[in-house]
Amino acid sequence: MSVIHFVLLISRQGKVRLTKWYSTYSKKERTKVIRELSGVILTRGPKLCNFVEWRGLKVVYKRYASLYFCMCIDPDGNELEILEIIHHYVEVLDRYFGSVCELDLIYNFHKAYYILDEILISGEFQEPSKRSIVRSVAAQDSLVETAKEQTGSISNILAQAAK
Amino acid sequence: MNPFSSGTRLRDMIRAIRACKTAAEERAVVRKECAAIRAAISENDQDYRHRNLAKLMFIHMLGYPTHFGQMECLKLIASSGFPEKRIGYLGLMLLLDERQEVLMLVTNSLKQDLNHSNQYIIGLALCALGNICSAEMARDLAPEVERLLQFRDPNIRKKAALCSIRIIKKVPDLAENFINPAASLLREKHHGVLITGVQLCTDLCKVSSEALEYFREKCTDGLVKTLRDMANSPYAPEYDVAGITDPFLHIRLLKLMRILGQGDADASDCMNDILAQVATKIESNKNAGNAILYECVGTIMGIEDNGGLRVLAVNILGRFLSNRDNNIRYVALNMLMKAMTVDSQAVQRHRATILECVKDSDASIRKKALDLVYLLVNESNVKPLTKDLIEYLETSDQDFKGVLTDKICSLVEKFSPEKIWYIDQMLKVLSEAGNFVKDEVWHALIVVISNASDLHGYSVRALYRAFQTSTEQESLVRVAVWCIGEYGDMLINNIGMLDIEEPITVTYSDAVDAVEVAIKRHTSDITTKAMALIALLKLSSRFPSCSERIKDIILQNKQSFVLELQQRSIEFNCILQKHQNIRAALVERMPVLDEATFSGRRAGSLPTSVSTSTGTGHSLPNGIAKPAAAPVTDLLDLSSDDAPAPSSSGVDFLQDLLGVDLSPASAPQSTSRPPKGSADVLLDLLSIGASPPAQSNSSASDMLSSIQDNTAPLANLNGLLSLSPLSANATSPASPAPVMDLLDGFGSSPQKKAENGPAYPSLVAYESSSLRMSFNFSKQPGNPQTTLIQATFTNLSPNVYNDFLFQAAVPKFLQLHLDSASSNILPANGSISQSMKVTNSQHGKKSLVMRIRIAYKINDKDVLEEGQVNNFPRDL
Repeated sequence: MSVIHFVLLISRQGKVRLTKWYSTYSKKERTKVIRELSGVILTRGPKLCNFVEWRGLKVVYKRYASLYFCMCIDPDGNELEILEIIHHYVEVLDRYFGSVCELDLIYNFHKAYYILDEILISGEFQEPSKRSIVRSVAAQDSLVETAKEQTGSISNILAQAAK
Repeated sequence: MNPFSSGTRLRDMIRAIRACKTAAEERAVVRKECAAIRAAISENDQDYRHRNLAKLMFIHMLGYPTHFGQMECLKLIASSGFPEKRIGYLGLMLLLDERQEVLMLVTNSLKQDLNHSNQYIIGLALCALGNICSAEMARDLAPEVERLLQFRDPNIRKKAALCSIRIIKKVPDLAENFINPAASLLREKHHGVLITGVQLCTDLCKVSSEALEYFREKCTDGLVKTLRDMANSPYAPEYDVAGITDPFLHIRLLKLMRILGQGDADASDCMNDILAQVATKIESNKNAGNAILYECVGTIMGIEDNGGLRVLAVNILGRFLSNRDNNIRYVALNMLMKAMTVDSQAVQRHRATILECVKDSDASIRKKALDLVYLLVNESNVKPLTKDLIEYLETSDQDFKGVLTDKICSLVEKFSPEKIWYIDQMLKVLSEAGNFVKDEVWHALIVVISNASDLHGYSVRALYRAFQTSTEQESLVRVAVWCIGEYGDMLINNIGMLDIEEPITVTYSDAVDAVEVAIKRHTSDITTKAMALIALLKLSSRFPSCSERIKDIILQNKQSFVLELQQRSIEFNCILQKHQNIRAALVERMPVLDEATFSGRRAGSLPTSVSTSTGTGHSLPNGIAKPAAAPVTDLLDLSSDDAPAPSSSGVDFLQDLLGVDLSPASAPQSTSRPPKGSADVLLDLLSIGASPPAQSNSSASDMLSSIQDNTAPLANLNGLLSLSPLSANATSPASPAPVMDLLDGFGSSPQKKAENGPAYPSLVAYESSSLRMSFNFSKQPGNPQTTLIQATFTNLSPNVYNDFLFQAAVPKFLQLHLDSASSNILPANGSISQSMKVTNSQHGKKSLVMRIRIAYKINDKDVLEEGQVNNFPRDL
């Protein structure tokens, strides 16, 4: 029902780095989808087009370094635009992490999700301005930091009081 | 404090998992972590709850079960701090989906957070709601979201807009509340809000015609102006992509315009100028520009006709088609398919280029191009196009041959101007890619040849020639063997020569050689070999001079490990030796196969036609059986459960072909059959003259099972064993279930009730003005919990129902097994049947209840009927 049914990040070795499901898939279906698609996409040659027709839907994928970014859409969706959305996401990741690499996305996978949530909701596109996205995520990060410092100081006080 | 509960840091866990050399090591690490997390959960540890949840998410991504962490998400969301909520909502979206009942518990927290004073917390709640909201949640929280559409911060407004989309998709009734706030979003300057607002309007139009009318009237001009301003705007670094200002907004505006312009000439007129401007001004050297052009072409094709614009659009596609970038060519083909319905002449102009794309090295493009070529074919160009495609068949990839063959066969069948051309083309396909040809295709070819009496000689000679050059194509061998058996005399004597033919000299023994090659090919499967044996038997009467040699070949199979072949060999030998007097009559030419029956049966048993992309499959709701093929598969299911059932038309056809009629109605008669003599069996097998429908017998069953199990001789034996009780049971008074299943598939089984303990009255389970569904019940003796239900659907209207699909759902104490329907086409005033099996675990305490849903198409329009069946007899 969504414009984008799901987003997958798969490494060249077939490891899943991020999955986001906007349409309803059971756990079993999810595993199957990932297995099937990584089989199809990882084996495609480099010069071929970035679209794969799959189970009546279309998967748009693009490889950035060692990672494949895949988004699944309806057959009548705009494939070229999805490529732009993927690129948009990659550019924001790059800005946020500062020349992002796969390891960033492994150790900070939750950050990758937070950023994606600023770009897509319910499979629909949300924000064209990269600056605004990075700013919003950074603002929330600093909220977390502030909260940590506060609890830190509270526990310090408690610890001292206990002495 | 528990030594595990603090555990490792997230980063350390990830590092430990990454350091694992084997899957077993990884499992061990994950197990240890999960144990620690579980311990922390049971101690209700607060300090590390968010860290534990983060770990669980990582573990979840690796594919391990993490359901025990679901409640932790809810606890985190319910806590007051932003960090906890942030990770809690992330976990909620990642670990749960809308079908889980736990989700209902979060509604209250969501409601509070949507009213929170911190806008980032509102944002988190909106995002989560937008991603996982169910229909119930949509109803509960719609007012909050609606209010947030006017929130002061644009970041919240845009999230609320996307959340609204999810809500109206889940509950279309709520659409009208969102029309006004959505329209006011269209006047925003903030791109994020504008984009999401346009998107919301688009989706409102899709679910509500009222919204469509409203936006068409009030907003068309405004949208045109927005698009124009943007197209003319100076460089805007914030939104710039490759020199174009905000392609995302461009595309969304064009999409909404397409919906508003469709079917409305005035609105379409309004848009013409700006569409022309976009189509001509946008740079097409970068992907972003092409994405806009592509969308623009779609809009031009979608709105009401304006000749000039359409030419512009088709020209853009022509340019795309000759682009070197595969992506661009792919979308061009995609869009040309849509353009076919609008202006097929314009698309025909690009035929040559499209045909080249069929030969592309990229599988996606090849497939798309082939789909398009398939649409392009008509009576006038079928010959050259087919010629091209068949030539390409020689050089195409193995993986592509299957699809290509399918399409060619379908085209040839659909558009063939004359029989001889059809036969010629099919021969070429069979020789080139016979192994990819589906069974029903070569069956159809045999039916056509059988019907073209003036071409019998021509066909058999052509097949003989083709067979000499390519013996590796299974289906070619089969058709050739069949024709040689039937029309062997015409092969030898050049009977029925056409002017275009060159005469060939084939001796009797050459013809027998050919069949012998077929039977001795080690790649021949049992169907081919069985057909070859029959052909030999037929030739033995036609070629008396070769009769001895034929006998030898037949006898060579006496020791075949395949029971079917062994039996045929012995029985045929018996005919040759002992029944010379009746042999000639036995092996007379087959009566002409009825084309109408065959094609009718074929149409009935093929669920979808050749069209390739139908988006069903994975999205079927739980607990509802999939639509399935045809009744004959029931028969075959008896012998093997997981072997892929062959297409039913194939089986039907082979029955026809061999004259075996396994009509279930005749099964009960099998007692009256005289003791099994070999000649009798053969009489049945070969269906001499106009004999009445042969009685069901084990040979016929063998045929069926052998066809299915031809890959595994042992399985074949199993099949035989499991089928053989069938004929025995059919006569015994208390027929056990399998036989009833068999009969159920075909409807008429008058003895059924009498044989089955207490009889239950049949009832009309559902009735509407257009459809009636009645249920017949029966029980298996000794298994009172299980009820066999035979549903009969009767069409009460003068329309044909296509794609008929019956689905049923039952409460948990019942188990439902749905067999496939006898057909997916319900003819006007006709009926079809479907059997199902319900097991009642509360038998005697609760009676059956069932919710049903019936979907079908009248003239391509979807119809859905739903209902509940409560009037089951009490003691089922």
